[in-house]
Amino acid sequence: MFIIITGLLLGGTYALIAMGLNLQYGVARIMNLANGEILVAGGLAAFWVYTAGQVSPILALFLVAPVAFAVNWLLYRIMLEPLVLRAKSRGALEVDSILATFGLSFIMIGIALMIYGGGYFNYSYLSTRVQIFDSSFALNRVVAFALAALIALALWLWLSFTRPGMTLRAVAVSPENARLVGIDVRRVSALAFALGGAITAMGGALISMFVTLDASTDGVIFTMKALIIVIMGGVGDIRGTVIAALLLGIAETAVGALISPGLTLAAAYVLFLLVLLFRPQGLFGRTTL
Amino acid sequence: MSATDYRNLAISAGLVGLVALMPFYASGYVMTLAVTVAMFTVLATSWALFSGPTHYISLATAAFYGLGAYITGLGIDHLPYWTLPLIAGVAGAIVAALVGVATLRLSGVYFVIFTLGLAELIRQLVTFAQVQAGRQGFYVLTSISETMIYWQLVALAAVVWLVGWLIWRSRLGFALRIIGNDETVARHSGINTAQAKVLLFMVPGAAAAIVGAIMAPRYVYIEPSMAFGPILSFQVVIMALLGGTRRLWGPIAGVIPFTLLWEVISGNMPNQTYLLLGVAFLLIVYVLPGGFVGLYEKALHRWREGRAA
Repeated sequence: MFIIITGLLLGGTYALIAMGLNLQYGVARIMNLANGEILVAGGLAAFWVYTAGQVSPILALFLVAPVAFAVNWLLYRIMLEPLVLRAKSRGALEVDSILATFGLSFIMIGIALMIYGGGYFNYSYLSTRVQIFDSSFALNRVVAFALAALIALALWLWLSFTRPGMTLRAVAVSPENARLVGIDVRRVSALAFALGGAITAMGGALISMFVTLDASTDGVIFTMKALIIVIMGGVGDIRGTVIAALLLGIAETAVGALISPGLTLAAAYVLFLLVLLFRPQGLFGRTTL
Repeated sequence: MSATDYRNLAISAGLVGLVALMPFYASGYVMTLAVTVAMFTVLATSWALFSGPTHYISLATAAFYGLGAYITGLGIDHLPYWTLPLIAGVAGAIVAALVGVATLRLSGVYFVIFTLGLAELIRQLVTFAQVQAGRQGFYVLTSISETMIYWQLVALAAVVWLVGWLIWRSRLGFALRIIGNDETVARHSGINTAQAKVLLFMVPGAAAAIVGAIMAPRYVYIEPSMAFGPILSFQVVIMALLGGTRRLWGPIAGVIPFTLLWEVISGNMPNQTYLLLGVAFLLIVYVLPGGFVGLYEKALHRWREGRAA
């Protein structure tokens, strides 16, 4: 029971991060391998704000989100849009965007090391215990989960029931046909990319409340986890993403608690391999690749 | 084979011979650099054999390399040394085939992600197994000198070039070029695309594992975080793409300048190696999409046109 609840709490934040990546890949068609570094940057921002000004990480979200949105919008417009425009095929764009965002991620690590000097960072916020059923949990994990669920719910409502949300979904389904009905695909793609980045950075700020992060090595690990979740859940499938994220959270917690904490990524990998072998179209996907 | 082929083969053999004589006239520091250059030449050239025509970006180099290093570490006390690179090569090819079967049927993104985590996965498993066995690493104590390592690597590079050249001329090479241009067309003309890709992926897998097995004596002590260091994979990708993958000699044109630059930067500003990797990736995407080979071909083209006019 303890493992399942801890896993669910962890998976909630994972779901948020994976939704960010899903927006960037599903709508803007950019496989963003610097996603994990954006997450770590969000965590670092929360850490700075908290240690320097004693501002609660929850308030920091209101700072992190718009800054990350603006930065990611600029990144898309300056760096990635030229690649979209010059790409001859979807495959060529994928190779270019993978290489370019790898470059971006290494530059972000380099900058973080230059400013911050590297190493681990963490802070203690809301580290009291709360009772759920018969086990006790750190309050920061529960709060992070609740906020992640709230943001994810808001995103889902926005995507499902508003007009701009609908244009995003239209581009995700078919960029060519979206143009025919008068959608400005380039603007919508930039918006989706920026929104995805903002959501990932918020996820990072939430995760930093209860996980010790390493500025130089953790980015790529979170990128991998987010990618595994997106592929497991299916690109563009919010329900699948949430379920895959919760599954991953539980699997990681179970392996960490029962076998060895050093094998958490291996656990994620086994899940990934099973999906690749048996359901490469995602847990609920129907279309063949 | 045409007269040009024979001429090119003879020139290549002569160059390899010249390079192999280096230990007789170069100083110790130059030889240390030469070993690194030879290592990356094998890794980048074999990487380009697969990723050049197929456009699948493999980040599995570190996984195969670490596998090879561990085979030497485990076997050095029990088996004659010369068998270890061979075992490593076979093991690398088998792992590559397994990875290929699982991922190469799908689109390129899945392959990139899977290979990206492969080294980390194997590292975690090896660490776990070692903790269970109550040890952290292996001592590799041999009488093998740096010169020996260098010769083995140069010989291996020659083999990789020869294999690459033979594949290029074979049915498999032709099939791969078609796959690289348009996979749907390839499938419609009756090429078993998945099989061709898996077969070709075994080449860099085996080569990187052999390199790891050869390099292991240089480290003296082998532990997981070093043998499976993920940076190696990225260095190889950058070197191969910087040089260019459209020619067999392309990767080495990227290996030499990048190794020297890396040496300078990691020696003086170790924290800035990340920035170097990042800038190199951006350079490849935005400035040099065809690598140095692309520049050379463009210049050659312009020169020929100028002469014709």
